Amino acid sequence: MMRKSVIAGGLLALLATSAAVPAFAEDSVYVPLFSYRTGPYAGSGIPIANGMADYLNMLNERDGGINGVKIVVEECETGYDTQKGVECYEQVKAKNPIVINPYSTGITLQVIPKAGVDKIPVLSMAYGLSAGAVGDTFPWVFNPPDTYWDGASAIITDIANREGGLDKLAGKKIGYIYLDAGYGKEPIPLLEDFSKKYGFTLTQYPVPGKEMQNQSSQWLNIRRDNPDYMIMWGWGAMNPTAVKEATKIRYPMDRFYGIWWSGGNDDAAAGGDAAKGYRTLNFHGVGKDFPVIQDIKKYVVDAGKSHVDPAKFADNLYNRGVYNSMLIAEGIRRAQEISGKKVITAADMRDGLENLNIDEARIKEMGMEGFAAPVKLSCSDHSGHHKVYVVEWNGSDWQKATDWFSPMIDVVRPMLEKAAEEYTAANAPWPKREEPCKSN
Amino acid sequence: MDFLHDILLRPFMDMAAQPDFFIQVIWEGFVAGILYALIALGFVLIYKASGVFNFAQGIMVVFAGLTLVGLHEKGVPAWLALILTIGVMALLAVCIERFVMRKLVAQPDIILLMSTIGMTYFLVGLGEFVFGGEPKQMITSELGLPTGSTAVEFGERGLIIFQHIDIAAAVIAIVMVAALAVFFNRTRIGRALRAVADDHQAALSVGISLNQIWAIVWFAAGIVALTTGIMWGARSDVSFALEIVALKALPVLILGGFTSIPGAIVGGLIIGIGEKIGEIYWGPLVGGGIESWLAYMIALIFLLFRPQGLFGERIIERI
Repeated sequence: MMRKSVIAGGLLALLATSAAVPAFAEDSVYVPLFSYRTGPYAGSGIPIANGMADYLNMLNERDGGINGVKIVVEECETGYDTQKGVECYEQVKAKNPIVINPYSTGITLQVIPKAGVDKIPVLSMAYGLSAGAVGDTFPWVFNPPDTYWDGASAIITDIANREGGLDKLAGKKIGYIYLDAGYGKEPIPLLEDFSKKYGFTLTQYPVPGKEMQNQSSQWLNIRRDNPDYMIMWGWGAMNPTAVKEATKIRYPMDRFYGIWWSGGNDDAAAGGDAAKGYRTLNFHGVGKDFPVIQDIKKYVVDAGKSHVDPAKFADNLYNRGVYNSMLIAEGIRRAQEISGKKVITAADMRDGLENLNIDEARIKEMGMEGFAAPVKLSCSDHSGHHKVYVVEWNGSDWQKATDWFSPMIDVVRPMLEKAAEEYTAANAPWPKREEPCKSN
Repeated sequence: MDFLHDILLRPFMDMAAQPDFFIQVIWEGFVAGILYALIALGFVLIYKASGVFNFAQGIMVVFAGLTLVGLHEKGVPAWLALILTIGVMALLAVCIERFVMRKLVAQPDIILLMSTIGMTYFLVGLGEFVFGGEPKQMITSELGLPTGSTAVEFGERGLIIFQHIDIAAAVIAIVMVAALAVFFNRTRIGRALRAVADDHQAALSVGISLNQIWAIVWFAAGIVALTTGIMWGARSDVSFALEIVALKALPVLILGGFTSIPGAIVGGLIIGIGEKIGEIYWGPLVGGGIESWLAYMIALIFLLFRPQGLFGERIIERI
């Protein structure tokens, strides 16, 4: 009896040990992707998850990984639920991830305080806490190529360009419809500040998560208020519903702007022909005509190693996922250069991201000419506030509507620094940065 | 004083100042109310026949819509896809009766409720497994449903816009309610169903098959779910977020009563129109976004005066 207990105990201990220690090869790095292929936000989550996974898998298939180091890609389903996202974080933490991709502003806000303690960099690409761009305050948070505040300032810039200058915004009415969650609330401080600074009236239309597909009240209010321009921070099922509702009230679609996350092909297509003219921001290429996209097709999609529906391959949000993973891969590559190690740690990855410098030559080398613009981060600037452009829906696809242009960096950056100070005051005692700046 | 003016006078002045917009608000509330009523109808049908609060009604709306669009995406013509979807809902009804309801006869209500919660998660998983989690566009025009809109001029500068699909939704809902009323009141199965609703044991004693009645009523709820899925899917798209919209039926049920078909309709309209008027004219006073809880407030106020709901049966049990 005693012997049986000892054997059973031993087996249990063995089982527990094998469960706790991940079985990754020594020449690999572990990159968890927080995704949502299920639930109300799956419409946005699926193409991004596909794009992210496919690019990293393509590097494994085509190049054998990065400098011989395989990337172990593992998805954790969050359903865009903050609580589940935090559970995913705790779950993957034990497997020594080199970077966390929360893919939700709500989850990002929750893991920011943990990341500094656990020493795991958080890459919230063009989402999350805008003030996270201040590297001196948030050494473990990265949000390239732009923050939400950059996005909001870029939309205001494009509106001002069409009106003939920022001074022409005085007296205008701008509506802001947003998902009533951390994500949608993020740019409000900047928009409110701009409204005072440039003299336009800002009217807000929150959409509760459970009312995403029932927005007629918000759009009735918009019809009554008749704003000159509309800006949307939507996600998941909110986007196609909003586009449809806008067409229903006959809102002029070329005056309706979405942030980059409101620019899925399905989002705009939901409005049919009436949605022509709907505009969103973008910071990467649209379509399949790029060598990198063709390589993904060859090595991953055609090889049956992708989840993507062939009809939706290289859609706008799919390409967004590809871009996101390019940043991860380049961060790894840079970290290898700085550390001199092939198999890097999370701390090395932080250094790599902080010293990210993707120039035109590298972009061409990656097969991303025309797909991505140069990206450069620094110890103090974890976003880079890079150029964006506006795309317009032509009824079947997105078309470039403007040249690349810069967000209002000179206005946004001081506001971000102030917001970072406010964050640390509200979350005192916030640790001072101790990580050395390895900038070179 | 200004506050009282804003609450008591300004909304009515706004209504009078823009009558075309006020009519538009009423119309949008009416259409939303019709759709809420359709969802509530599914709950009522099941509750009447079996005393089960069918938590799975919301996911049945999504599942029916996904099946229809999913079959069409696989190359099945729209009308054949519609017929096949009706078949799938019939099969689902039979399976629910055979594998869930029959096993749980005479179990406490809470067990039956839990079983419908289990069915919800099963259908979520099945739907995602078969059709994927991506939202799908409803095949509105392929089904012969109208698209587009008609704008009616009102006064000198007024305009009221009627979406054709909304008009179709109203007509279909009215036809469906009329058909259900005839079914319940004029057919033998309908009368049997009412007998089951009144007393299971008494119905059994006169030879009514509970199993058959339950399968029929779950099938009827499936048809209502399919109709709701088509109509709501045409307004936005068919996605799993629609399941959450089904929660809108709860205040409708509280208001109209869990056992009344007319209650579901009238309750739906009161909630639909009430929440739209509240959100548009009083919402801005508190920063908007009151719609999500206003429906429950309206229902609770009614409950103060009629605890059984507008059309619910008043049950007095002797102790």
